[in-house]
Amino acid sequence: MPQVTLTVNGKRHTVEVEGRTLLVELLREKLGLTGTHVGCDTSQCGACVVHVNGDSVKSCTMLALQADGASVTTIEGLAKPDGTLHPMQEMFREHHALQCGFCTPGMVMSAIDLVNKHPEGLTEAQIREGLEGNLCRCTGYHNIVKAVAAAWPLMHGKTMPAAAE
Amino acid sequence: MGFEGIGAAVKRKEDARFLAGRGNYVDDINRPGQVYAYIKRSDRPHARLKGIDTRKAAAAPGVLAVYTGADLAADGVGGLPCGWQIHNKDGSPMAEPPHPVLAVGKVRHVGDPVAVVIAETKQQAKDAAELLEIDYEDLPGVAASTDAIKPGAPLVHDDVPGNICYDWHIGDKAAVDAAFARAKHVVKLELTNNRLVPNAMEPRAAIGECDVTGNYTLYTTSQNPHVIRLLMGAFVLHIPEHQLRVIAPDVGGGFGSKIYHYAEEAIVTWAAGKLRRPVKWTAERSESFISDAQGRDHVTTAEMALDEQGNFLALRVSTLANMGAYLSTFATSIPTYLYATLLAGVYKTPAIYAEVKAVFTNTVPVDAYRGAGRPEAAYLLERLVDVIAHDLGFDRIELRRKNFIPPDAFPYQTPVALQYDSGNYQVTLEKALQAADFAGFEERRRQARARGKLRGIGVSTYLEACGIAPSAVAGALGARAGLYEVANVRVNPTGDVTVFTGAHSHGQGHETTFAQVVAERLGISIAQVDVVHGDTGRIPFGMGTYGSRSLAVGGSAIVKALDKIIAKGKRIAAHLLEASVDDIEFKDGKFTVAGTDKSKTFAEIALTAYVPHNYPIEELEPGLEETAFYDPKNFTFPGGCHVCEVEIDIETGTPKVVNFVAVDDIGRVINPMIVEGQVHGGVAQGIGQALLEHAVYDSQGQLLSGSYMDYVMPRADNLPSIHVGTESTLCTHNPLGVKGVGEVGAIGSPPAVINAIVDALRDYGVRHIDMPATAEKIWSIIQAHQPRMAAE
Ligand code: FES
Ligand code: FES
Repeated sequence: MPQVTLTVNGKRHTVEVEGRTLLVELLREKLGLTGTHVGCDTSQCGACVVHVNGDSVKSCTMLALQADGASVTTIEGLAKPDGTLHPMQEMFREHHALQCGFCTPGMVMSAIDLVNKHPEGLTEAQIREGLEGNLCRCTGYHNIVKAVAAAWPLMHGKTMPAAAE
Repeated sequence: MGFEGIGAAVKRKEDARFLAGRGNYVDDINRPGQVYAYIKRSDRPHARLKGIDTRKAAAAPGVLAVYTGADLAADGVGGLPCGWQIHNKDGSPMAEPPHPVLAVGKVRHVGDPVAVVIAETKQQAKDAAELLEIDYEDLPGVAASTDAIKPGAPLVHDDVPGNICYDWHIGDKAAVDAAFARAKHVVKLELTNNRLVPNAMEPRAAIGECDVTGNYTLYTTSQNPHVIRLLMGAFVLHIPEHQLRVIAPDVGGGFGSKIYHYAEEAIVTWAAGKLRRPVKWTAERSESFISDAQGRDHVTTAEMALDEQGNFLALRVSTLANMGAYLSTFATSIPTYLYATLLAGVYKTPAIYAEVKAVFTNTVPVDAYRGAGRPEAAYLLERLVDVIAHDLGFDRIELRRKNFIPPDAFPYQTPVALQYDSGNYQVTLEKALQAADFAGFEERRRQARARGKLRGIGVSTYLEACGIAPSAVAGALGARAGLYEVANVRVNPTGDVTVFTGAHSHGQGHETTFAQVVAERLGISIAQVDVVHGDTGRIPFGMGTYGSRSLAVGGSAIVKALDKIIAKGKRIAAHLLEASVDDIEFKDGKFTVAGTDKSKTFAEIALTAYVPHNYPIEELEPGLEETAFYDPKNFTFPGGCHVCEVEIDIETGTPKVVNFVAVDDIGRVINPMIVEGQVHGGVAQGIGQALLEHAVYDSQGQLLSGSYMDYVMPRADNLPSIHVGTESTLCTHNPLGVKGVGEVGAIGSPPAVINAIVDALRDYGVRHIDMPATAEKIWSIIQAHQPRMAAE
């Protein structure tokens, strides 16, 4: 069986996989990182989003072998070792942006990437559009949008530019 | 600690694990020695099953076993039971054809399980299933309820004539006919309530396990593990309940679809017993689309009789309800006792008669989906009221006000069995109209028109019934289960508390809200309260979560158990303080002798109960743990007003919800943050139903919208911000005064949205538009009608 070597949440792993094994299967089944979820089989729901070399990626849409040499961050790797949550996680809690929690890991990973990629600020419409690839059946997105807007200043260390509000 | 009791918007306790990716959903669980089940499903809607050749699949690498319906039948495995028996108009019981775990003789819908392959890996099981040779003889199928009742329609079950499961009615037909005969006006509306796929984001999953002594464990994505244990143990697999433990750990959303006992639960449990290896199954989303019970699917004709002034005199309703191919666990109760009994709504209509035919078709079974029957009733009424206003020229708000049950009329007996305990529909209406700036709407309509948009506003004043249900009432109506709830409150020696509840949380936040109730009563912090749910091995027999019942029924059981704890605590305190029990008061976590400063803390009493050195041991048992079962006295009746504002792009027909206001009377609020979240989610599903979602079958029963590519789920950019307001008239018959909030959003919103769409299209001769009001549908209407341009 082919091997893949990758770094996940700062730890290097070498794993044997089948050619058809998906990155999400590697994470969940081989590494036991079950925080990353699978909500569909058509790359539509975003429950499986992780960061690969800093970009958000639907891990159900990538073969494990394609991640050879990559650095992957999953929801389990966001908090500091002492348990301090990432500001996005903190704001999800603060604004009740999760209910059943199933979409949450993917949603948080997508939201972090969205905020990172918009240092100029984000409008509500941009946040909604930016999260369009992540389905949530519980929250109606209302509080997720609030949480993402609230995380922006914490992640960029300044207030959101007024034009974007 | 800040205030954490009833009414505090405290942050959720459960979030810590979910946010860290440490939730424990069924698919996250792996058992030693586990093997995998892949379920081969019918890809055709209706066919005779002439033979299944399993030999190649059984010989494939890694395969342990292949089972078919014949294997289950040979082992005495029973069919999946239906939990509610409805009677026909003539008093005879409904048709209740068998629902085999794996198909026998015929397949009746796309997705009907035909065989199961069990292998060492998931991929091996799936690969081997490709080698199954299934000999089908296709039969003509039928998907629409309106087609299924036509003479000569294909029979889904050979021995159910006309595909009629039941032909049921409620109300006083003679009184209704008489009222229609003398009415000044009669307004009629035909409408459908579109079929929906629940789509909890976590696909269903199950792991069965059997140990050397024959004790079984089933991990399953369920909203009510005890009910599954009872149904599967007693009716399907004949496993004694004490040898069957059902665990529903973290569950990723349910919305009704995880109430029912599903074939896969029985398959993995039975196979685990045969193979003595844990057997795991997880649905792929495509399987969810064809195996999770779906929702709604009504075709209805409704007529209202009115007098000259617009007073409602009588309502006549006739509904066809699609059951799908088999009766799901509670399917039969939805279009009857959770629908037709709600047809009074918030109105004092003196006479109501409804008849409901439930019909088998070659489609996925239909059962409760968020709201379950009540959205269908609210949609019918609130559309009908708008159509009456349209046809007869009444003001739609005035018409509602005129016909509201007045606030001083409670308790109010409806003509369709229910007795409402409390409510104030005027107040929620006025609040919502104000929050939505209803008065300023025409100006916004003009401005929108200048931008090339059609703007409309819609109102719905709805009511629903939750807190299901008084067991004796439900039993008299055909329920085959009790509908009480249980709580066990265990005070630990150091004074912290574990609550074992029969309710189940799959997003509702019980670990927090139930802890708030306990914290308030015992004067401790929520950090000192642990709420345990979802495990029949740890919790007394409870009924689970559906129908917005957790707080009204489950919360009441907790309160009852807490009352017993406090009563016992008083007796211990009286002993320690050398006072009479009657003189002991309990407040803010302290037992005090009235009028003195002599007191003992709750923690001191707890410790004394477990270290009973100085203790009234002759008359009182040690320990501090109490169980209570609470059977509700009545349903609860949340209601309120939703106002929706839409804009339609004239060029493309695309509708957009630009403002949404929900003001709901849900009784006492325990945690306003969680309440708002529940309303947001419900409204999102309601907007989804009204504008986007539709399970579409072809005429034979092929599901055409079987993935997220074709079934349109609401996404963040389809939805507006939602303004939520609450208004409390307290429930009069449960100790917390709560009514329930889980479903109100999905019940009140669809008619508000469609009323807004119809209002936006008022110059295009539109009287009614069926859900979902897609851009294509609206565009066709705009194209087909010459606008009167009255608004210009
Ligand atoms: S699992 Fe749905 S997009 Fe990856
Ligand atoms: S919180 Fe349940 S799906 Fe988003």
